[in-house]
This record gives sequence, C-alpha cells and structure tokens, in this order.
Amino acid sequence: MNVDKVLDAKGLSCPMPVVRTKKAIDELKSGEILELHTTDSGAFSDIPAWAKTAGHQVIEQREENGVYKFWIQKG
Amino acid sequence: MVKMMTSKEAAEKVIHGELFILDVRNEEDYTNWKIEGKKVVSINIPYFDLIDGVEHALEKLPKDERDILVVCAKEGSSKFVAEQLDEAGVDEMYYLQGGMKAWSEYLYPVKIGNLKDGGSIYQFNRIGKGCLSYLIESHGEAAIIDPVRMMDTYESFAQDKGLSIKYLIDTHLHADHISGGCKLAGKLGGTYYLPSKDATEVTFSYEPLEEGKDILVGNTRIRIQPLYSPGHTIGSTSLMVDDQYLLSGDILFVDSIGRPDLAGKAEDWAYDLHHTLYQRYKELSPELLVLPAHFGKISEMDDQGRVFAKLGELYMKNAGLQVGNETIFRKMVTENLPPQPYAYQEIRKTNMGKLTPTEDEQREMEIGPNRCAVHD
Repeated sequence: MNVDKVLDAKGLSCPMPVVRTKKAIDELKSGEILELHTTDSGAFSDIPAWAKTAGHQVIEQREENGVYKFWIQKG
Repeated sequence: MVKMMTSKEAAEKVIHGELFILDVRNEEDYTNWKIEGKKVVSINIPYFDLIDGVEHALEKLPKDERDILVVCAKEGSSKFVAEQLDEAGVDEMYYLQGGMKAWSEYLYPVKIGNLKDGGSIYQFNRIGKGCLSYLIESHGEAAIIDPVRMMDTYESFAQDKGLSIKYLIDTHLHADHISGGCKLAGKLGGTYYLPSKDATEVTFSYEPLEEGKDILVGNTRIRIQPLYSPGHTIGSTSLMVDDQYLLSGDILFVDSIGRPDLAGKAEDWAYDLHHTLYQRYKELSPELLVLPAHFGKISEMDDQGRVFAKLGELYMKNAGLQVGNETIFRKMVTENLPPQPYAYQEIRKTNMGKLTPTEDEQREMEIGPNRCAVHD
C-alpha cells in the first residue's frame, strides 16, 4: 500500500483524533491514502462512521498493542 | 454559556422534568443505547458532522425553556460541540459530565416503603442501564440485594443513615453487569450470599442462598425468605421480604420476564422458568409488591423514578405471564430474543472471579442496556 501521509494521533482523546484526521485528509488529493495511529478506543468505531458520511474509504483497520491503525483513502 | 451537568442533575430532569438532548455519538451507538425519559426528547447528530460548522444542529434545537444537554461517550466531544454552539449564539447549554460512561454508573436511590417493624426498603435505580438494586434496613443493620459495582453510593447512603451493611445478596449470577457484592462484603466484613447452583465455578467463598434459610436484618428481625425460582439461571432465587415484597431478580419484570439463554441453556431452563412463573409465583399472595432487578422501558418507571407492581396486577398485564401453554411459552423465550447484553460472557466470568478487569475495562464491558428480558 502506498501511504501518502502518516498521522500520529496517539494520546489524543475524543474528538481530537477525528478532528486531526479530517484536517489531514483535507490536505490530500482524491485517491491518496492516510495512515492514522490513535490510542482512543472511541475512534475505533467513530473513524469508520465519519469516513462513511464524509465519503472516504477505510481500506484497513487493526489494533496493534493498544494502538488503533487505520488506512483511509480520500474519496 | 456552556455549563456542565452531572448525571445526578440529568437524572432529576429525566424523572421529574424536561430535557432536550443532542447526542453527538455515532449513529450505531445512539441507536443501541441512549438517555430516555418520559419528557426527554433526543436527536442524534454525530460530532464529526459538526466539525466544519454547527448550522444544521442549530436549526434543530428548541427555542423554548427546555434545557439543552449535549451528550457523548466520555465528555470530550460533547464539550467540543457545546462550545461551537455557544460561539454560534446559543444562549445556554449543558454538556454531560463524564458522558454516557458516567450516566451508566449513576444510581438514583428512592424509598419504596416501610417494613412492619420500623425498617424500610429502598430501590437504587441505575437509570442508565436499567439495573435495580435494593437496600433493606432495620434497627441499624442493612442488607443490599443485587448490588452493582458502584459501592461508594451504598456506603455513603449507609453512613448518612447510620447503618451497618451486614449482608450482600445476589439473587443470581449476573450476566449484564458486574456485581459489587463479593467485594463489598470483603471490604466491610459482611456476608456475601449467592445461590450455590449459580456458584459452581466461582473462585471465592460465599454463603449459599437457600430456601428455608432466612436472613434476619436488625434486632426486630426483618425476615428475608429465599424462594428458589430457577429459569433465568438455574440458581435464580427470589426473596420475600417482610411478607410484603417479592424481590424477583431477573425472573419477573414489570413489563416482561427474564430470558433463559444467557448461560447458553435456553432450552433446558425454559421449563424451569415456566414452572416458576406459572406455579411457584402463582401460589404467592397477589398483594405482594414485585421489585425486579431490571427494567427495560422507561414506561416501567413511575413519576418518582420507582419500578414496581403488585404480583396480582402482573398476572393481568405482563406479556410473559399470559402464555400458559408450555410449547408456545418455550418458543417465546427461546426464539427471536433481543440481542444479548454486551460482553455478557466476560461479565459472567468476572462475577465468578475468573477475570479481574481494570476499572476502565469494567466500564467498557458494561456499556449499553441490560437486555435481560425476553421482550425488547
């Protein structure tokens, strides 16, 4: 996977992971991919829900040692 | 101006007043579980739809005297949205301190009635989750039935009233919430009772809750008579208190009956449940006031936040008590049941002492409604 940008949002709590992700995605071009790292458990369901309404696609998501990782393709 | 509202203040409004709620969690979480009340109106707009502007929320807010409460999972997002609405010109609004997690943990104590020899019985309503526990006091002693894990509430209540908590009783091994019984008994030097048939796998010591072995509270002997009433679990035991009250655990609720499937034995226990409801309970006085361990709908709560009904009335109107035919009954309690409580298997293991989750993990495990009834 070609990642165009990595956002480290570890340690931030809700709503900041989604706010930062949105800002980061805004700076990408359509089709580009953002890799997000967050430790907020709420983000695990909020990021996919947000991506769906905003028209982006979560290509992959997984948990690694307490860090939630997402790969989001801008719509 | 943005102000904070505590769960206690929110509970007062849910029971006695009016409230407009803007719930900013994601749609799935909102649909699954939310704050409800007879005069509560709530709408759902996820906070992530309000990052760029709050105009579409603004137009949906009431312009009357009702308080507006913004709610999220933990607090952060509700504060974020409330601050944006404040900047957009909303006069006054609240965010819920600690969010739904705090709401789930709040207990509303309310007196149910007096006991013949001078004591009284209180219901502790965990409104956010629909769990009901009870404190019975007489002459300086207290027993708590189906205590939840928020032990501070019981302890400070007992302290205010000068009571010493002697007995902690679980009517059955719970699957929807973590019991505080064993822990509180250990802390206060009290006795923890659990039906032995539900305790075959527990890792701690307990006193068996058995029919015929009465528990006496206070000098004047308030009698708690255990009544074996299997069905929700194989050990489920109801308590007759002072010949006036029937603490029915998860067997009989006001609008519904307990589900027999949470320990994976629906088929086996459907018969026991039917027998308990249609024979054992039927032999009891219809004047007994049924005090259940749960409620599912806000309509089961009266205008003072209490949940109870006379046994005789329930035989007339409770949906689970109108199905005498055993085959139809078995179908009703084993098929098309509502979703099971979140993390119920882990909760059962925690209540057996096999898992020891952290405080945060316990909170997470208890997210959502209790879902212990057959009907939604």
